[in-house]
Amino acid sequence: MHIPDGFLNIATVATTYAVSAGSIGFGLRQARKKLSEKHVPLMGIMAAFIFAAQMLNFPIVGGTSGHLIGAALAAILLGPWTAVLIMACVLIIQSLIFQDGGLLALGANIFNMGFIASFAGYYLYRFTTRLVGMSRRGKLIGSFIAAWGSVFLASIAAAIELWVSGILPIQVALPAMAGWHALIGIGEGLITVGVLRLVMATRRDLMELEKI
Amino acid sequence: MKVKWWHVALVISLAVAFLSPLASASPDGLEKVAEDHEFIEQAQEAPFQIIADYLFPGIENEALATILAGIIGTLIIFGAVYGLARLLRLRKRQAE
Repeated sequence: MHIPDGFLNIATVATTYAVSAGSIGFGLRQARKKLSEKHVPLMGIMAAFIFAAQMLNFPIVGGTSGHLIGAALAAILLGPWTAVLIMACVLIIQSLIFQDGGLLALGANIFNMGFIASFAGYYLYRFTTRLVGMSRRGKLIGSFIAAWGSVFLASIAAAIELWVSGILPIQVALPAMAGWHALIGIGEGLITVGVLRLVMATRRDLMELEKI
Repeated sequence: MKVKWWHVALVISLAVAFLSPLASASPDGLEKVAEDHEFIEQAQEAPFQIIADYLFPGIENEALATILAGIIGTLIIFGAVYGLARLLRLRKRQAE
């Protein structure tokens, strides 16, 4: 879902850059206040895994593929602000070094796959685990829904940006983006559940870190 | 040196990067929408290219070029975010 340059108009570029810069600044302050020693290696690992996993596009129907975003996974383990910082680092390096996602579109990509996906994932996880309980099963159900919702909502944000930029009418952009990403979100959910199962089986304590 | 959990986790992440040549080459969700609704040609090339399209430049074997790009990227990202988190911890300790 990395937006290249050329799709977004100046107003959208400016707005999303401002919001993303603000959320990174606030995230840095939160992390500086609350980060514990145990958060440090997990943040690095989370970012490295997300980058590697994002390279592995999986096929869905109709000659289309999708890949992990990873923001929900990061937000469930580390909290939403930390997830924003991790996603921002991944997206900045993808844009600068790998030419994946435009330089002008970077603000929008951080807003969609960083800010929106992280907060959607975090609060969907909290809401769902409150309903179904914090058992192992409850956490896995919560993480699937959080991961699916994070992709779905990020794609809606992207659709709105395409609409505001005059690329597509909203009644076309919204069903097209949300439709494909409703399918891609299933992959996101399965990968997120798989990783959390591995964490629960090997390092249960990493599930219990303070969420920042 | 004692092997820590995150050493193993970094090796797992690098192993995932090793699998990257197996990735589907089909367009992703956004690219598909851009093709179907014919605005894909509005996409602009980046003003500079370093490891564009996850292919390490100058290597003919595409799988090898992809793996190399993946390994380098995974290590750079780990270093950058680990370093950032270390720095934030340091600033917190100094403030205390």
